[in-house]
Amino acid sequence: MTARDLYLLSPEIALAGVAILVVILDLLVRSKRVVGAVAFLGLAVPIALTVVLWTSIDSETAVFGTLAVDKFALFFKILVLAIVGVLILGSADYVARFQRYQGEFYALVLFSATGMMLLAATTELISIYISLELTALPLAALAAFLRDERSTEAGIKFLLLSAMSSALLLYGMVLVYGFTGSTQLQEIAGAVAQGDMPFGSYALLAGVTLMVVGFGFKIAMVPFQMWVPDVYEGAPTPITTYLSVASKAAGFAVLLRIFYFALPAVSGDWGTLFAVLSALSMTVGNLVAIAQNNIKRMLAYSTIAHAGYILVGVAAFAARSPGPDGVALGPSGVLFYLAAYAATNLAAFFAIMAIASRTGSEQIDDFAGIARRAPWVAAVLAFAMLSLIGIPPTAGFMGKLYLFNAAVRGDLVWLAVVGVISSVVSAYYYLRVVRVLYLGAAPSEEAIPSSWPVRLALALTGGSILAIGLLPGRLLELGEAAVRIFSLTPQ
Amino acid sequence: MSSIYEPQAWAILFLPLASFVIIALLIRPFLNQRYSRLSGYVTIAAVGAAFILSLLVLKSTLGHEEPIGWVSHPWLTIGDLEIRVGILLDPLTAIMLVVVTGVSLLVQVYSQGYMKGDPGYSRYFAFMSLFTASMLGVVLSSSILQLYVFWEMVGLCSYLLIGFWYHRPAAAAAAKKAFIVTRIGDVGFLLAILYLFLHRDTFLAQGLNPFDITDIWAAALVLPAFAVTWLSLGIFAGAVGKSGQFPLHTWLPDAMEGPTPVSALIHAATMVAAGVFLVARFFPLFQESETAMHTVALIGGFTAVFAATMGLVMYDIKRVMAYSTVSQLGYMMLALGVGAPAVAMFHLFNHAFFKALLFLGAGSVNHATGTFDMRYMGGLRRHMPITYVTMAIGSLSLAGIFPLSGFWSKDEILLEAWRGGGLVNQLVFWMALAGVFLTAFYVSRMMFMTFHGTFRGGAEAEGHGQGAEHPVHLAESPWVMVLPLVVLGVLALGSGYVANPLGDLAGIPAHWFVEFLGGHAEPASLSLAAVSTLVALLGVGLAVLMYQTRTLSPDAVGRALRPARELLSHRYYLDSLYEGVLVGRLFYRGVARFLDWVDREVVDRTGDGVGWLGRNLGRGLAPIQTGQLQAYGVVISLGILAIIGAYLVFGR
Repeated sequence: MTARDLYLLSPEIALAGVAILVVILDLLVRSKRVVGAVAFLGLAVPIALTVVLWTSIDSETAVFGTLAVDKFALFFKILVLAIVGVLILGSADYVARFQRYQGEFYALVLFSATGMMLLAATTELISIYISLELTALPLAALAAFLRDERSTEAGIKFLLLSAMSSALLLYGMVLVYGFTGSTQLQEIAGAVAQGDMPFGSYALLAGVTLMVVGFGFKIAMVPFQMWVPDVYEGAPTPITTYLSVASKAAGFAVLLRIFYFALPAVSGDWGTLFAVLSALSMTVGNLVAIAQNNIKRMLAYSTIAHAGYILVGVAAFAARSPGPDGVALGPSGVLFYLAAYAATNLAAFFAIMAIASRTGSEQIDDFAGIARRAPWVAAVLAFAMLSLIGIPPTAGFMGKLYLFNAAVRGDLVWLAVVGVISSVVSAYYYLRVVRVLYLGAAPSEEAIPSSWPVRLALALTGGSILAIGLLPGRLLELGEAAVRIFSLTPQ
Repeated sequence: MSSIYEPQAWAILFLPLASFVIIALLIRPFLNQRYSRLSGYVTIAAVGAAFILSLLVLKSTLGHEEPIGWVSHPWLTIGDLEIRVGILLDPLTAIMLVVVTGVSLLVQVYSQGYMKGDPGYSRYFAFMSLFTASMLGVVLSSSILQLYVFWEMVGLCSYLLIGFWYHRPAAAAAAKKAFIVTRIGDVGFLLAILYLFLHRDTFLAQGLNPFDITDIWAAALVLPAFAVTWLSLGIFAGAVGKSGQFPLHTWLPDAMEGPTPVSALIHAATMVAAGVFLVARFFPLFQESETAMHTVALIGGFTAVFAATMGLVMYDIKRVMAYSTVSQLGYMMLALGVGAPAVAMFHLFNHAFFKALLFLGAGSVNHATGTFDMRYMGGLRRHMPITYVTMAIGSLSLAGIFPLSGFWSKDEILLEAWRGGGLVNQLVFWMALAGVFLTAFYVSRMMFMTFHGTFRGGAEAEGHGQGAEHPVHLAESPWVMVLPLVVLGVLALGSGYVANPLGDLAGIPAHWFVEFLGGHAEPASLSLAAVSTLVALLGVGLAVLMYQTRTLSPDAVGRALRPARELLSHRYYLDSLYEGVLVGRLFYRGVARFLDWVDREVVDRTGDGVGWLGRNLGRGLAPIQTGQLQAYGVVISLGILAIIGAYLVFGR
């Protein structure tokens, strides 16, 4: 551990510091609003440090080569930090109703975020595993935070299934290590070569498959998505939101890094696998979502479907923009989509929180006529639904455009077709929400108030959906800069 | 020579846009009860500022041979194709900017009086701001895609404004008609853009961007001839729709259902001018295709005569004007087709002023009489002297009487056609000359029926329509309405001199306007001017005989020419053909019925099927989704086995 390492890891250290500060403050300060405010304002430090690193560092490794500080990692760090910041704003009203443990709530969220930031940077199997656990354990506690029956169930389910998937992941890592003799992704890449059978050997086939399970669990991919509806429905809504955007983004970060960095030689083998699982996730997620009546459960299936869309970008390994060091279009599409999806899902869940806190119900039918009671909140929710379908001028449209474009260029035209068809199907249940909001008969005309942090969060996320949809260029450039690390590796 | 900065150019577009946002999001929701007048002030301020900036643009483009182009901004990248947005400033843009913002400003001032007390006052100004912004966007765009977006926004705004009084069925129907008919032309425009997209490799190979307008000009020289022709015709199709050229002219007369200032804005400065502007904008492309040029000239020439004939028999003052607009736009297209875009723009420039004047005058007349039907007007000359004088100026200008502005531009069009040579140019010359006679006749008829003779009762005599809303009060309109009339009257008197065909005069060199636009001016021909004036005077004379001195009874003439009259009153039965045969028979009973079947049997069944599948898949998966943790673990394990099994069975 050198001084340079400290500098390179300063965002994570700062974030963990903020988390510890929040815990201490919680003991000392009576007003819990102050705790939330410190958690929110404290994020400025890691964000500033990350931005400094982005502008000054091209690609470096830290802590004996286990962590990479490159634009890819920094992109995800900024994304996670931004998500956490908006999340603290948007769930201010929700958390304020907790009788106790508000400080712990914020601290756990921040600790988990630290794990996600590390996850995006790890280049070595054991660090990946540790970061994953650092991410998951606070989340299990958070899922059970409400301590009512369903929340507790959600927490236990998440903990146990997460443990199971971790065990499988670890087993997969062991096999990979045993066969390639290294836990460093770079060295694994050197040891893996295309052979007569998938992944060159049985051991590697089993190892990689088990690792796919571990990450498939994190990103809510079929057939490892069973936990998603129960946990999403039972967990506190801010945590559902957090799981659906930040945790998923970190999962994709490590997935991309492992497969694009360590296993490019056998991309043909895993490319097909991800393409098939992508198609399955889109289809199952969208079809089952149609039958849901609880909006959180519906969005749980929606998130499975979106894992499918994003996997399109992972599968499109062959898609490169023309030129000598062409941009890997799949991963850059993944990064873009994750940001767009984060804005969209945050907006949707914030609106749901704002509405459900007053109506006390998460049933879709109970959202009837909300457009008259809370016009702005309803407008943001409806706009988020349009973005989830992928209708211009929203972020979701641009995201799908880039991902499906990558599929077409990566010789996966069939996958793009499946994606487009399932997007059309998804309109069936997303538009139902819009219809209920605007055309349903409201049982009461009483206005639904919301506090200014929530309004600010809604404005930020809703505005981002529109901004990304109208001016995608800047975000895409950032994404392309981030995935440049994949073009530099010799094929 | 002063220069202009890019933010100033963008401000021209964004000021009216900001006005729209302010009115729509602030004034209308929060201040509409007591301060709705603010909407009008905000609009006027925004458009006024845009007008001043437009003058600055005009000043900056003086003496610039090359268009002032700033590096456009990347908007988004799809694959290897970068779509850029930016501003293209050339003399054509500058002239259009001044016309659009100038006329719009006067119309907004006038609207304060005309729309006073309307419950939709704020909505009206919000739409008008958006409309102005869209049109400015069309004019300023540096990329065809950007232009197309604003083009469609113009279409949308015209829909909103024509249908402004949406509670009236006629207005709602007219708005729909305008939207749908122009859309037919827009398909052509869209196809042209798609064609550019499909052939992007040809452009990229040359280092050109397929959507950049200046690059399209450059590409006109390297593209194969048939490609240029198809592109031009596609773009022209869009122009035909927007500019109401035959055979897509039918929406324009119906569009009179909107508030009269809207008609003035749409028919004078903006929407219809967009079509002519579009052809002028892509003129370097059209120029390379003789087929395209001939098509433009013939469609223009035919429309000029064809629309004028229908104007002969209409009784609704705004409909007379509408057909007149169609006819005048035909003249502009004709000028483009014979290779004289500068002359076309000159006519557009003059027409913008005198036609806006005539429409606003008609609105003023309506304000007093409560009707648009000229059979119930008459004798208004004594009650509304300013309206009368200004409209007389507009009418004489439209008729092309020396020395009003219409005379100069119409004469130049005739001259260009005459000197053009070739069969097509000869043909359109005679069409244009026939149009001069018809125009002079219908516009004189309109003036005599409205202002001369004795008053015939207005809305009260008509006994229906808006009589209740607008009681008859024969007096001059309020000053906010009269002032724009006077300003436009002065412009209609004088705007012809910017062309200055005779010699250097008062700081404006000879042929200034045409050469500013990069055109080559023909020396004036006195004999041709004499002939065209004579023809126009003949038209006026015939109208005098029929409607002033009554030497010839209009009824007797009508009876004598009964078949022709019937044909014209029914607008050549084209509306019936479109609505009865094409839409009714072919579309409703044929295509629509088939699509309805497809919709119900194929699409709905698929939709229902997906929903059914979704619900039952949910039910089918429900036994697995028990909430039992063990079951979830089993599924994960089965997933692993399935993946490994699949690899072993299928290999890779």
